Amino acid sequence: MADLKCNIAGIESINPFWLASAPPTDKYINVVRAFEAGWGGVVWKTLGEDPAVINVSSRYGVHKDGNQGILGINNIELITDRPLETNLAEIRRVREEWPDRVVIGSMMAVIEERVWKDLAVKIADAGVQGIELNLGCPHGMCERGMGSAIGQVPEMVEKVTRWVKEVVDIPVFTKLTPNITNILWSAEAAQAGGADAVSLINTVNSIVSVDLDVMAPNPVVGGKGTHGGYCGSAVKPIALNMVAEIARNPDTRNLKMSAIGGIETWRDAAEFIALGAEGLQVCTAAMLYGFRIVDDMIAGLSNWMDEKGYASIDEFRGMAVVNTVDWNALDMNFDTKAFINQDACIECGRCHIACEDTSHQAIEFSVAEDGKRTFTVIDEECVGCNLCELICPVPDCIEMRPVENGKPYLTWPDHPLNPMKAAE
Amino acid sequence: MSLRPCNSTGDGTLSKEVIDANFEDLHAPLTALQANAEADRCLYCYDAPCITACPTSIDIPTFIHQIRTDNLEGSAKTILSQNIMGGTCARACPTEVLCEQACVLNAEGKKPVEIGALQRRAVDSLMAKANLAHPFERAADTGRRIAVVGAGPAGLSCAHRAAMLGHRVTVYEAKAKPGGLNEYGLAAYKMVDDFARKEVEFLLGIGGIEIQYHQRLGDTISLAQLRDTFDATYLGIGLDATNALGIDGEDKAGVLDAVDFIESLRQAEDKSEFTVGDDVIVIGAGNTAIDAAVQAKRLGAENVTLVYRRGEEHMSATEWEVDLARTNGVNVRLFASPTAISGDGHVSGMTFERTVIKDGKLVRTGKTFELLADMVLKAIGQKIAPAMLEGFALDGRKIKVNDTFETSIEGVFAGGDCINSGEDLTVQAVEDGKQAAHAIGAYLAGQEA
Repeated sequence: MADLKCNIAGIESINPFWLASAPPTDKYINVVRAFEAGWGGVVWKTLGEDPAVINVSSRYGVHKDGNQGILGINNIELITDRPLETNLAEIRRVREEWPDRVVIGSMMAVIEERVWKDLAVKIADAGVQGIELNLGCPHGMCERGMGSAIGQVPEMVEKVTRWVKEVVDIPVFTKLTPNITNILWSAEAAQAGGADAVSLINTVNSIVSVDLDVMAPNPVVGGKGTHGGYCGSAVKPIALNMVAEIARNPDTRNLKMSAIGGIETWRDAAEFIALGAEGLQVCTAAMLYGFRIVDDMIAGLSNWMDEKGYASIDEFRGMAVVNTVDWNALDMNFDTKAFINQDACIECGRCHIACEDTSHQAIEFSVAEDGKRTFTVIDEECVGCNLCELICPVPDCIEMRPVENGKPYLTWPDHPLNPMKAAE
Repeated sequence: MSLRPCNSTGDGTLSKEVIDANFEDLHAPLTALQANAEADRCLYCYDAPCITACPTSIDIPTFIHQIRTDNLEGSAKTILSQNIMGGTCARACPTEVLCEQACVLNAEGKKPVEIGALQRRAVDSLMAKANLAHPFERAADTGRRIAVVGAGPAGLSCAHRAAMLGHRVTVYEAKAKPGGLNEYGLAAYKMVDDFARKEVEFLLGIGGIEIQYHQRLGDTISLAQLRDTFDATYLGIGLDATNALGIDGEDKAGVLDAVDFIESLRQAEDKSEFTVGDDVIVIGAGNTAIDAAVQAKRLGAENVTLVYRRGEEHMSATEWEVDLARTNGVNVRLFASPTAISGDGHVSGMTFERTVIKDGKLVRTGKTFELLADMVLKAIGQKIAPAMLEGFALDGRKIKVNDTFETSIEGVFAGGDCINSGEDLTVQAVEDGKQAAHAIGAYLAGQEA
């Protein structure tokens, strides 16, 4: 069985699965239950200066698929609403009772050096193995000059990272907000401030739905709502891209990453690791199903690694980074065509109407006298967009087959039809 | 209730509670959660095979999509715009040989989408609305008047569509209530809560339709009279006579037409007061035979035997219906042809001769057997009473119509079970009525030109 032990920014962990700083890590009881279930570590719910914040009632909204499945949650909860000393005492107790597990202290404060430093020292003294700087929370706290209000300004990201690094001797994770135009600016700022790692992504600013009776965004709080932080599998594509951007940028490629964003399964985990993440943080999936989901994450990742022959996570970490390139580096001569396996086709016609209405009119539809419906790809019209393959409800019915055209790898910058092509 | 009945207590009687339970809804309606989950299984096929398989061409993927988006009113309107009796069809259609049989999920080895149950969800939700405004509007009054004979599915469907097109319609109905077989036929557990009556009330909400009851063609009204009075006449008279076995003893007490048994049972307020035999024989192989046999069992008959002279593959009842009969404890005996009914005044038994199929033909073997019986229900087919057919060109034993549902008599149209348009099903009758209404509209417009 593959070894899932790993080292995340210098911290040893029994597996790469940590719980992200959020409601599931707010208290001793939750964290102990998580460790009992097998999680490798937790990032404690964000700590702030006393007096503790007060939360509102009605805190989550969801985005569902048609079958009651939850694609994403948005929340308007603030940081921990318990006194700092209560949290620190519980952290000390957990650290003593669970020496092989990781506890990271998450923190946020207003943009004042003394406050950051004092709080960081107090948290470090509680025995945490690392500190995470919450510079991402996009609701509530940002209105008080914290969270994403800091994370959206690279100079401030660098500054608070440096402040904390100056007073603690444990790894510092700077948690990044996705609510920016370019993740590299904040990643580079964190790096410049001395961060040992970045954690990303924090939640995405969102309104998940509007209650059409109340005429207010969900979650509705006494007739009104506010924008919240979006998380869950719906944000995974955004997170994957931001992780990849950092991994393939020459200036940040050595920055350690703790990836967050819609990780629900071992496969999600493997994808983030393949794009360069050292560790993983999970929240929404645990909130939806309970801590027990880590079982399958561990077993699934391990089984997959065995199947692929990877003995450790390091062996496949970052392997997809080299293949994640700019559009300009893609091969213009690559050609792929849809192929419909007629034996597997159930004649629903979805491929035809999708191609006919919205793509390239490349799937012919004919009805035989006996009523049999046949859908056939017109190779000359097919541009290889994958749409039919993706929407086909039958697994492996439509296959995209690369055309062996014998043509060389040709990028757009080198393409003869590119009017901007440099003169040779 | 379940597909299985609560069976007898051993002393041959069922309590009122058990019988009441046996006549509750055969299929409980889908809950909102079930409906959404089921709707989500629909692939939203393009030019879907289920639409083609529906005699009324309901846009099934669209109405299911509308359930998925919680647009139940839109969903109901999608259904009703093609089939104004979508509520009855959702309950009574043999979907297993129509839309659901065509569902592409079958090809993947999956269960088809429960189209009938979803249709019921949509239509019922609309009809349950308090102060429901009729979902369709009448066109401006054309000043033309149409007579419709028969307030069954064929007649009322035609009346509704004709009213929608702006004509005024008078419906002549022989019985005391409207609905035809929806009201008087069909097993009671398929049409609970007086649904047939509610559906007719809903349908009449379009306006412009008047129904006159106790008016039988050839009795209180004549075709000549209708042709004189109205601009066009439409016959949705169904099949009002039954086929006879033509064997000795058929006139004995206790030998009934299954359709009469089903009708009286449907009309019985308290099913536990209804008399059924202990040993019931049902002759026939169609859905009427199944409805009679299963209901006899659910009333508490000790032995119900359905006898058919051919094999199971020849039965016109669907496989699902035959399975329902067996699940309910009906003994299905095949390859046996009735030869005589015995009894002293009242039926006490029946003799059958074994049959085989030789060279594609059904032949008798000479071997006989007898079954005890105190009730015999005949379900060997219905026909139009010969007197009704006078003056019409015929197509077999039914009224001949052309492509526009017009009979050989000018200005007289026909549809439903009295013509050969397809299977004798509610859904086909509704389609005939709808198409005939459009044909009548074209006929009347042609007259003006």
